[in-house]
Amino acid sequence: MELLSAEFFQRALIGGALIAITSPLLGLFLVLRRLAMIGDTLAHVSIAGVALGFLINVYPVAVGLAFAILASFGIEVLRRRYRSFAELSIAIIMSGGIGLASLLFTVGKGYNLDVNSYLFGSIYTLNNADILIIAIITVIVLAVVIALRKELFLLTFDEDAASVSGLPVRYFNILISIMTALVISASIKIVGALLVSALLMIPAACSLVLSKSFRQSIILVILIGEVAVVCGLWMAGIWNLAPGGTVVLLLIAILLASLVMTRRARV
Amino acid sequence: MISTAPTATDAPIETGVLASSSCHREIVSLEDVSYSYGAQQVLDKVSFVVRERDFIGLIGSNGAGKTTLLRMIVGLLKPTSGEIKLFGTPMSKFKDWQLIGYVPQRNHFNPLFPATVREVVLSGLYGRRKLLKRITKEDHLRAEDALNTLKIRELAEKRIGELSGGQQQRVFLARALINNPKLLILDEPMSGIDTETQNNFFNLLLHMHKKHNITFLMVSHDMEMVRSYLGEIPRAKSGKLSFHVRHSHDLEDCGETDLLHSLRKEG
Repeated sequence: MELLSAEFFQRALIGGALIAITSPLLGLFLVLRRLAMIGDTLAHVSIAGVALGFLINVYPVAVGLAFAILASFGIEVLRRRYRSFAELSIAIIMSGGIGLASLLFTVGKGYNLDVNSYLFGSIYTLNNADILIIAIITVIVLAVVIALRKELFLLTFDEDAASVSGLPVRYFNILISIMTALVISASIKIVGALLVSALLMIPAACSLVLSKSFRQSIILVILIGEVAVVCGLWMAGIWNLAPGGTVVLLLIAILLASLVMTRRARV
Repeated sequence: MISTAPTATDAPIETGVLASSSCHREIVSLEDVSYSYGAQQVLDKVSFVVRERDFIGLIGSNGAGKTTLLRMIVGLLKPTSGEIKLFGTPMSKFKDWQLIGYVPQRNHFNPLFPATVREVVLSGLYGRRKLLKRITKEDHLRAEDALNTLKIRELAEKRIGELSGGQQQRVFLARALINNPKLLILDEPMSGIDTETQNNFFNLLLHMHKKHNITFLMVSHDMEMVRSYLGEIPRAKSGKLSFHVRHSHDLEDCGETDLLHSLRKEG
C-alpha cells in the first residue's frame, strides 16, 4: 500500500491507464486493416526521433512524434509504389528507423542518452508534462474515434464500399496514420519501443476470437488493455519487476486464456 | 393502354434530379472509355449506355476487364481516357453516391471481421452524406426493414463470418438496398454459391427489377446463367466484353418508390 502513495507510481498508473484506452482502440482498427506491423515500424522510427531530440535538446517525445508522422506518410508513398507488396513499405521504413536510431545512439554516447529507457520503457520516470501530453492525446484520439466511429467501421470493413459511398478514404487513411503516430509516441515512455506493438495488437488479437460484434470488440480491447496495464504495473511494483515487460506478459497470458476458452473458433 | 409517363427523350438530365418520370434516362454512360495498367491495355474505347430500368449482365472471360470497368463506374479507378457519366453528370462532378448501391465481390471482405449482420447492414447508411451524424431510430428501422425483406432477420445478431455464402450475399444486398438506390451494381454476386442458391438470388433480383424502379448492372463470368436470364444475344460487344440487357416495361409509373417498404408489403 505504501506504493500507492508514492507519486511516481500514481503518475505511472494514470499514464498507463490512459494509454491503455487509446493504444488497443487504434490497434483494433490497424489489425482489422491488416496493418498490424505498422505499430512496430512507427515505434522504431519514433525512437530515432527521440534520440535526435536528446542530441539537439528539444522535447524528445515531440521530435519522436514528428518522425512517426513523417514515417507514416513515407509508408503510404511506398505502399502506392509497391502496390502488390504492401508489406515491403513497412519493412523498409522499419529498418530505416532502426538504422537511424542506432546511428544517433552512437553519436549520443557522451550525452548521457539512456537507450534502455526508450527501448523498454521507463514508466516510473513520467513527469507532469508527460502526463499532460498523454492526456491530451487520449482526449484527441477518443474524440475522433467516437465522432467518426461509423465511418471508421465502414472504412475498416470494406474500403471499396466506403469509397463508393463517397467517404474521403484518403483523408481517413491519413487521419488513422496520424492518430497511430500520436499514440505510439505517447506510449514509448510507458512500455518502450520494443513493446509498443504488444499493447496495440494483443488486445485486438484477443477480441478477434472473443467478440461477436464490432461494438463488443471495441469495449473488449479497452477492457483488456486496462486490466493488463493496471494489474501489470501493480505486480511490477510489488515484486520489483520491469513494468513494460510485466504488462506485455500479462497481455500474452490473457491472449492464451482467450484462445483456450474458444478452442474451436478459427481466426 | 395509355401510359401516364411522358414519352422518353434522350435529352440530357439535370444533375441528380429524380423528379422526372421518364423511364429511359441515362443512368450510366460510357464514351470511348479506355484503361491500361502500364503498357497493358485492358479496355479499349468502350462505349455503352445503361438506361433506367435496364438489367445489364456484363460477361466476359477472366482478364476481359469486367471488374476494371465496374471499378471505373463506381469511381474506384480513373479511366485512362474517355468519359463516364452517372445520372447524366460527369464522374468528376457526381456527388449523389447514395443513388448507387454496390455489392462488391464476396471474397473481397475478411470473413473473420468481428461484425454482426445488423452492423454490416447499417453500415450501408454511413458515408459522406451522414458524416458526423448519429444513427437515428429511423436508421434502425430501415435496417430492420432490409433484414426482413431479405429474410435474414433471424441472423441479425450473428457474426457475418458464420453465415453461408448465400446468406452473406443477402447481407450485402441488404446493405446496398438500405439507401433505396436507383442503380444497383453487383460484382460477381454468384461466385462460390451453389446453383440452387444462385437461382434463388437471381430470381430475387429479377423480381425487384420487374416491380420496382431500379436499374441493375451485374458482372459475371457465368455466361450460361446470364444468357438464360437476360437473353442470348448481347446488345453490345466490346473487345472480350458483352453486354446482355433485359429492359423492364412492367411499370407504368416511373416515380419514386421506397424499395424496402414496397418489397416488404409484397411479403
